[in-house]
Amino acid sequence: MHNFEFVKPSTIADAVKAMAQDGAQALSGGQTLLPTMKQRLAQPETLVSLTGIPEMQGVCMGEGGLHVGAATLHVTVAQDAKALYPALSTLAGGIGDPAVRNRGTIGGSLANNDPAACYPAAVLASGATVVTNKRKIAADDYFQGMFTTALDDGEIITSVIFPVPQKAAYVKFNQPASRFALTAVFVAKHAGGVRVAVTGASNDGVFRWTEAETALSADFSPSAISGLTVDPTGMIADLHGTAAYRANLVKVLTGRAVAAAH
Amino acid sequence: MPKDTGIGASSKRREDIRFLTGKGLYTDDLALHAQAHAVMVRSNVAHGKIVSIDTAATEAMPGVLAVFTGEDFVAVGGNPAGWLIKSRDGTPMREPKRPVLAHGKVRHVGDAYAAVVAETYQQARDAAQQLADDTVIEELPAVVDMKAAVANADNRVHDEIPDNVCFDWGWIEDNRAAVDAAMKAAPHVVTLELTNNRLVPNAMEPRASIGEYNTGTGDYKLTTTSQNPHLTRLLVAAFVMGIPENKLTVVAPDVGGGFGSKIYHYGEEALVLAAAKKLGRPVRWTAERTESFLSDAHGRDHVTKIELGCTKDGEILAIRTETHANVGAYLSNFSTATPTFLHGTLMSGPYKVPHVYVNVKAVFTNTAPVDAYRGAGRPEATYSLERVIDMMCRELNLDPFEVRRKNLLTPDQFPYQSPVGLMYDTGNYQATLDKACDLGDVAGFEARRAESAKKGKLRGMGLSTWIEACGIAPSHLVGILGSRVGLYDAATVRVNATGNISVMVGAHSHGQGHETVFPQIVADKLGIPESSVEIVHGDTSKIPFGMGSYGSRSLAVCGSAMDRAMDKIIAKGKKIAAHMLEAAEGDITFADGKFSVAGTDKAKTFGEIAFSAYVPHNYPLETLEPGLEETAFYDPANFTYPAGAYICEVEVDPDTGKVDICSFTAADDFGNVMNPMIVEGQVHGGVGQGIGQALLENTSYDETGQLLTGSFMDYAMPRADDVPFYTVDHSCSTPCTHNPLGVKGCGEAGAIGSPPAVVNAVIDALHRGGITHVKHIDMPVSPGRVWQAING
Repeated sequence: MHNFEFVKPSTIADAVKAMAQDGAQALSGGQTLLPTMKQRLAQPETLVSLTGIPEMQGVCMGEGGLHVGAATLHVTVAQDAKALYPALSTLAGGIGDPAVRNRGTIGGSLANNDPAACYPAAVLASGATVVTNKRKIAADDYFQGMFTTALDDGEIITSVIFPVPQKAAYVKFNQPASRFALTAVFVAKHAGGVRVAVTGASNDGVFRWTEAETALSADFSPSAISGLTVDPTGMIADLHGTAAYRANLVKVLTGRAVAAAH
Repeated sequence: MPKDTGIGASSKRREDIRFLTGKGLYTDDLALHAQAHAVMVRSNVAHGKIVSIDTAATEAMPGVLAVFTGEDFVAVGGNPAGWLIKSRDGTPMREPKRPVLAHGKVRHVGDAYAAVVAETYQQARDAAQQLADDTVIEELPAVVDMKAAVANADNRVHDEIPDNVCFDWGWIEDNRAAVDAAMKAAPHVVTLELTNNRLVPNAMEPRASIGEYNTGTGDYKLTTTSQNPHLTRLLVAAFVMGIPENKLTVVAPDVGGGFGSKIYHYGEEALVLAAAKKLGRPVRWTAERTESFLSDAHGRDHVTKIELGCTKDGEILAIRTETHANVGAYLSNFSTATPTFLHGTLMSGPYKVPHVYVNVKAVFTNTAPVDAYRGAGRPEATYSLERVIDMMCRELNLDPFEVRRKNLLTPDQFPYQSPVGLMYDTGNYQATLDKACDLGDVAGFEARRAESAKKGKLRGMGLSTWIEACGIAPSHLVGILGSRVGLYDAATVRVNATGNISVMVGAHSHGQGHETVFPQIVADKLGIPESSVEIVHGDTSKIPFGMGSYGSRSLAVCGSAMDRAMDKIIAKGKKIAAHMLEAAEGDITFADGKFSVAGTDKAKTFGEIAFSAYVPHNYPLETLEPGLEETAFYDPANFTYPAGAYICEVEVDPDTGKVDICSFTAADDFGNVMNPMIVEGQVHGGVGQGIGQALLENTSYDETGQLLTGSFMDYAMPRADDVPFYTVDHSCSTPCTHNPLGVKGCGEAGAIGSPPAVVNAVIDALHRGGITHVKHIDMPVSPGRVWQAING
């Protein structure tokens, strides 16, 4: 690891100011950034910690649904969203291992937008809103491909607002080594229709399986998707699974998520 | 009633107090005055010509003390292979020099071609980056696939070896024609091609070494992560550095796991010694995890075609194998023994097979060296054999349990001369199979299968009956087989004046629990409390000699040396007692810690005898030396032959291909058991590693020789929830006939017997589920592979 400066502001305004400096890099839980720095693949001059800002912490119901502060730990979401949004709680409780869940944050996960991360599926399927220091971004506009988001340079996610669906479930199939999602599906049944978000499977990152959404909006049962097929084109192919395998998992896990939704 | 002390007691591991409370002392924990830090500069291409290394800018960097390249070690020796293997045509194996630092060419990703020593680790790391930037390496096409390596004479890992073949070994070559004839005559022949997947050892503690040089005396000291400090001393002193053995001390303090990878001498150990001498300061190096992936000796990596000739009712008539064994870019110390004498000699398994022939081509590739890893050759043999027997059962519609019963050796057939050169001394393979069937509730399988089916899961059961040759090894035999060293071990039993005991043992404990088990044996034999015995190991300046820990040998070989040393202690004690008790030496008996005159109540305690030996006021000084310390070297008469039966039950999710292990039953014969709890732990660990190999662990190089699985993000290690609660039994014991403790060794068993049980269970599940087109799936049997096989 190379040397770097470290600042830990206590307000969003101070964090924004710190991020405006040359070579500044936001640090939340550091679960991706710190290993990258240890391998000397990243050399930020200044790390701006976002974990000391009270207004970016915590889980509560508010206008538009469940508000989750961007620097809230996975373990906190797992505990505090249990009654409020059980599927989100389950998702958070299944990220990584206890060490990861006690350091990693939702904002960090969303800003990084790893194609196999869990949170993007929940945000997209819930139709959540990503709130930043500058604006509110709808989930459908936020994710722009693998490791790419709508965030501008220096823009900081401050919270995420999740409309709570009538029913929802997240079913994840682990990549055996990393235990990221080899493929995972978040199904959310809203009053206005069903949203199905898939992570881990596509070279373009998290995406909505719209054919399944249409079928499930008409009939929210696993059998509703039995006639659908998933096109493997554009799916990730690696040591752990071919594109065809991931396409299969999308369908299988969607069916299981529908069955598990409550 | 279980014993609470001595042999057979489940004494708690005394070493765990320090390990579990963070008080262990590992190489990297040592901080020495004036120490400097070394960082290796490693190749990022698999194969390349070193065109130039410009050290000027690096040497000028802050804190840099020295820069080493391959040029600095041209004059010193190479790291040798420990076994000389001869090819079928009688020619000796090709044995390219393995230098301390690569010179002329780099031969695998991670091959170190330079090293930088600086005042701090960060400075050394920065400087290593600079040196890498100032090095020109002309990349050459990589040799990765073994069969392509053999076929392409123009692309050479070592320029002097045209077909990349180290040796082409036939075992036993004289039997080849008879085996071919038997195979031709067999009513049915089963053919299976399979891969035994390459594994990265991944010890919890990465390799680390500290070199010291005393400018006043000229003495060197190497503190290093070794399973085998004396062998490292021998190799460094006599072969690589040319230092007199008595000017080099090698210390292996607490070592956090080895699994084979820390048996060998590595170039970094020579580098830190050379650097320490040059600078007159201690020089340390600790591998990063990435370096461990790239440069530790890997395990397995065989590609095998096995043929089995049999009758239509499943009697095995002949076995013939052709294996390509990857040795990687250089010969690691045991790499030539592993695919040959630890593999070919086990190819008849626990079965009575009249005709067996094994052919192994060892192939150089532009990958990390491959060497012995927990089981070493025996897992490869067991996997090939148990998979092909399972395939035979399927082809002929025979019951795999009955087929094994039909072919297993029976107790009346021992000692048994196998057709591949071993003499099995004792065993009862039916007993362990019966026990496994009982404990694994084979009779209740169908009901469990029906329950699984209700959940949409395919349930299967897999069996493996295995044997290994361990307690490595009888020197006279391994000498004939090509070993360049003897494989005895040594122990010194030092009875202190106050009656407590220090035992200096050649076996190194790096997780095995020697510090607990060895005192149990001493206490039992000398009639003293376990707490009065301390074990000293891992320091060549303190222990008489030793050949280290590997090959399930510590107890069978070093434990036997310790037992012999105690015999000498008792013999001397009898002489002292005879004098003190004014009796004839022949009338003195020793039992329960007392030397007694037979038929009388006259006796001296062990402590009184010890005291007299060190305070010899009333002592036969004219005929006997004072003191009570004895050393014994023990060379085993034969290998030991642990064996067992493993039954694995799995559920396969046909929609995702995911395999879950529902139960795993291991019935083993380890001979006499010294500490049942530790034996059980060894089996748990070994089976866990076997399950890792069977389901998870995949070492993958791409066609350019880049390691695709170079971190835990892609290399899947088994976690607690990947393995079941094990059912372990070792009650079917046939004690080893030729060592004094009657022990056989248990360290590798689990890793040897388990992979085929798992894979057999998966194939069984698919077939019972009607998916009969799947004949075989290569390990790791990952979800993606299972799904592909089902839908392929």
